[in-house]
Amino acid sequence: MPVLDTKDILETIQMIQHDCLDVRTTTMGISLLDCATDDMDRTCQKVYDKVCRLAQNLVKTGEEIERQYGIPIINKRISVTPIAMIAGPSGGDPVKLALALQRAADVLGVNFIGGYSALVQKGFSPGDLALIRSIPEALAATENICASVNVGSTKAGINMDAVALMGRIVRECSEKTADRDCIAAAKLVVLCNAPEDNPFMAGAFHGPGEPDCEINVGVSGPGVVRAVLAKNPDATISELADLIKRTAFKITRMGQLVGTEASRRLGVPFGIVDLSLAPTPAIGDSVARILEEMGLERCGACGTTACLALLNDAVKKGGVMASSRVGGLSGAFIPVSEDEGMIAAASSGALSIEKLEAMTAVCSVGLDMIVLPGDTTAEVIAALIADEAAIGMVNSKTTAVRVIPAIGKKDGETLEFGGLLGSGPVMKISRFSPAKFIQRGGQIPAPMQSLKN
Amino acid sequence: MRAVVTVIGKDMVGILSKVAGACADCNANVIEVTQSVLQDLFAMIMLVDISELRLPFDQFAAKIDGIGQGMGLSTHVMHEDIFNSMHRI
Repeated sequence: MPVLDTKDILETIQMIQHDCLDVRTTTMGISLLDCATDDMDRTCQKVYDKVCRLAQNLVKTGEEIERQYGIPIINKRISVTPIAMIAGPSGGDPVKLALALQRAADVLGVNFIGGYSALVQKGFSPGDLALIRSIPEALAATENICASVNVGSTKAGINMDAVALMGRIVRECSEKTADRDCIAAAKLVVLCNAPEDNPFMAGAFHGPGEPDCEINVGVSGPGVVRAVLAKNPDATISELADLIKRTAFKITRMGQLVGTEASRRLGVPFGIVDLSLAPTPAIGDSVARILEEMGLERCGACGTTACLALLNDAVKKGGVMASSRVGGLSGAFIPVSEDEGMIAAASSGALSIEKLEAMTAVCSVGLDMIVLPGDTTAEVIAALIADEAAIGMVNSKTTAVRVIPAIGKKDGETLEFGGLLGSGPVMKISRFSPAKFIQRGGQIPAPMQSLKN
Repeated sequence: MRAVVTVIGKDMVGILSKVAGACADCNANVIEVTQSVLQDLFAMIMLVDISELRLPFDQFAAKIDGIGQGMGLSTHVMHEDIFNSMHRI
């Protein structure tokens, strides 16, 4: 075995100590398909029992791995089968399932359980409708449960009835928790082309094609990428791409190691490594600052989309080589409230929702953690969802909308979520009405891109 | 199984001896030591065999950290797999 290089050792320690390198999440995916019964209370009990049984050592194992390798693993989480699939056959109030999952989260010490979800890209089953309508109540009554709804896909097109409904549901989530900085809306994401093995919240759920139980890992490391770029101020763009690839490789290898080890210790199969650059509100852990390091005065300036496209592609190229199992969202995240540089750019007026929408065409996910004026109508939110879903549908990629109407607040004010969710300034949005378009209902047909067979 | 112990901080008498002593107490065999002193900044990297450790790995790491804290030094004890996986193809 070759002797380790001093430079490599110090580089790793520098990355962890100063550049916020960490494993963002180890997420255990658990199938609940075998928990559905024809009685809601019995289903709830089976769900609680199964989640607690399979994940009983998740937090402890994560902490052991942290200590062994000296790598912080920030979150230990769980994703479950879209709850609409088991709420349907069980009948009754789906909120009971959210409460059962919350009890499991409390006992296990995980910080989020994702999967209060429905997949309705082509239409609703009765279970889907019941679940979607219950989302505001479920998210207001729980702390650690995340909800998501898939309203479109490249294969199916966009379900515009679901889009219209989600515009109302997002508003209701905010209204129900107006006294708590509208937190419920921050735990709800509306997706197009949702991946079934995503370990990141709020969009994590355990798809029906996944095994009974598995471990997925989400890496992080915007701070490390920024630090590498900062050390090479005169590099050309081609050289920047290469530097990012090399860094992404190292970050991903760390995720692969943690995933393999967690899978071995927990005795469950290793699912995927999600190669995402996930920012936090901490200084030095920002995707926006990477773009600025490339040479933009502020994130949001002309050139931002090009820089982000370069970053996103280089992260994937470096990461793919480093892991045998890549999946999830895999790309750069651009949430506003969870990224210190994005918050600064939005507060100074450099970054607009329209620019963010353009950026979502070239990176992973979409309009994420954006605070809207409190009087934004359900139709405007629905139309924003439709725009974003259209970008995802046509480009065969995942897109998502997680926006928070700040009830009672307007431009210039701020919502404070705390923790990893951060805080966000209210951003301006077009006030022209799309109401007629949204009220039509129906389905945007699947695009030509779907006809690949 | 091997671990990498790094110690960084202000140079003073007895750093190597204390860390090596703690390794011996825990039955961790020191395989290799690299150290440098630049002006008064001390940096040491020690490769130790931990396959016969007398106590669990995290307690060994805590013990080394304790010595570092006592002397105002920054210490890290990490399994070598992390460096191998990040820096070797």
